[in-house]
Amino acid sequence: MSAFVLLTVMTALRILSRNRLRAGLTMLGIVIGVGAVIAMVSIGQGARAAVQAQVASMGTNVIVIMPGSTTVSGVRGGQGGAVTLTVNDAAEMKKRNPLLSDTAWAKRDVMQIVNGNRNWNGPVNGVSPSYLTIRDWSFSSGGPFTQSDMESAARVALIGQTTLENLFDPGEEAVGATIRIKNVPFQIIGVLAPKGQSAQGSDQDDVIFVPFTTAERKVFGSQFLGSVGALFASTEQTADLPEAVEHIREVLRARHRLQPDQADDFTVRTQVDIGKVQEGTSQTLTAMLFAIASVSLLVGGIGIMNILLVSVTERTKEIGVRMAVGAKRMHILTQFLIEAMTLSLFGGVIGVIVGVAGASLTTVIAGWPTIISVESIATACVFSLVVGLFFGLYPANKAARLNPIDALRYE
Amino acid sequence: MAGLIVCQDVWKVYRVGDVEVQALRGINLTIDRGEFVAVMGTSGSGKSTLMNLLGCLDQPTRGRYELDGLDVASARPDLLAELRNRQIGFVFQNFNLIPRTSALENAQLPLFYRGVSIKEQRRQAAASLQRVGLAGREQHYPSQLSGGQQQRVAIARALVGAPAILFADEPTGNLDTASSREIMGILEELNRKDGITIILVTHEPDIAAYASRELIMKDGQIVQDVRRAPHLSAVT
Repeated sequence: MSAFVLLTVMTALRILSRNRLRAGLTMLGIVIGVGAVIAMVSIGQGARAAVQAQVASMGTNVIVIMPGSTTVSGVRGGQGGAVTLTVNDAAEMKKRNPLLSDTAWAKRDVMQIVNGNRNWNGPVNGVSPSYLTIRDWSFSSGGPFTQSDMESAARVALIGQTTLENLFDPGEEAVGATIRIKNVPFQIIGVLAPKGQSAQGSDQDDVIFVPFTTAERKVFGSQFLGSVGALFASTEQTADLPEAVEHIREVLRARHRLQPDQADDFTVRTQVDIGKVQEGTSQTLTAMLFAIASVSLLVGGIGIMNILLVSVTERTKEIGVRMAVGAKRMHILTQFLIEAMTLSLFGGVIGVIVGVAGASLTTVIAGWPTIISVESIATACVFSLVVGLFFGLYPANKAARLNPIDALRYE
Repeated sequence: MAGLIVCQDVWKVYRVGDVEVQALRGINLTIDRGEFVAVMGTSGSGKSTLMNLLGCLDQPTRGRYELDGLDVASARPDLLAELRNRQIGFVFQNFNLIPRTSALENAQLPLFYRGVSIKEQRRQAAASLQRVGLAGREQHYPSQLSGGQQQRVAIARALVGAPAILFADEPTGNLDTASSREIMGILEELNRKDGITIILVTHEPDIAAYASRELIMKDGQIVQDVRRAPHLSAVT
């Protein structure tokens, strides 16, 4: 049997190579289908990896608690409008919830920042020192401020890359320099390493961090001391996030004296929630890819079936001769199936090459990140084989069921 | 000893539209191993139908046909294929070689379906081609060979599986006189030296003259069955 299969594959290759144009045109459907799928999967996976990196840039296992909306005389203030969260909430959360490895708080406002004769309007964040660790900020030079800076309300600042570029000349040493925020002088003690865009698309590097106490006492002029813009918390394990979120809600509801029928006056979000949005997008993309792949493989398969039917008719006499010298139905069936599968597999392999080339070209020309996965290539090859098998069955069966006498007489 | 081929009251009836065509009407025939039989008759006399039937390409509508003791009339298609592969070799009027396939590969074909190793297929096919005087032409395509040479490839193919019977349907019908003589010479030698049973369908009396037995068919029946000393060919 193995000698039979080997020789049949060789025969199929020879027959196909004899009719190169025809074989090429027949394969085209499969080539385009597989090529498009490989290219799009690569681009999709590249985009997904980029998004995942963005989500990860938030920090690891981060929980964000935002104040809820206020309603004053029926006018609803929108998210973050209320000043319901306080530093004490953070302390209490930490004390009551062993799942939390750390908590932090922050308050932000857009302010004018001045360095010598240059100025820039950007967000100034008053944060607790733990904020920097929770959000995974690292430094390209200098270092963070400390708990004692926080307690003494020291006038020290950390500067993000975008802000740095807007206030300093390229190559100018920023660490040690003094900038003014709302006319208060601050000494820069650290330059933050770049993070790029956030998952929501904002520039995370357009930022200034100062100790929370300094910000609320000397810059923002807060109405209520200790009120914060947002609370942050982190857990050791990603799996602990849902339970930690539940616990945080209980603590905050108790502290805010909310009745059971009242809604939360805050919102708790985790990275997992943000990741879900991205997942939804990539599922839509996957569904579309699947639709395109199905249609093009169907069209390719019909092309193969069509050309095989022509081939069976053209080679009726040959089939008759083969039967006369002792070919069984199974032999004829196998021969045509192998021809169909050779065509579709070749189409698949060429499609993979075209797809990989297309993906690489996209990276070079459009600068989109692409990831070529072995799984998608293997799946494409297996699928094209299955298409060949499926669409080859009908013509092959037609050939195998020919009556030897009629086939021999066929002119 | 029972004959190699035994037919008892074999009928073959076709239906073409509403018309019933009786191609064979009660054939009784026994052919022994080693015979050289010529089947003659006008076109439409049923000689081709008889050959298809004896060659296991077709089955009788009714009657009994045994080939080497095996009941062919009720055999399944795969068994018929097996019989054709092992017991029978065909030589056709129009050669029926597979185009754009070398002489060697054409000659290999029966062994290919027998599941013989590739090496053995090639060895035996080359020997068979040598036997019909085509050594050195193994890699030629049919289109590169003359009619006589093509027919010799066909004989090599028929012989390669060492069959008991060789069916030749007008084997010289498309050949000139010289080639015809060569082909008939080969067939005669196969019959005489190797004892292969040959059944030859022809309408040319001088071709039929090579045979030792002559069947004449008319209207689906054998009307004459003559045994005689074969006229020895002009091979020598």
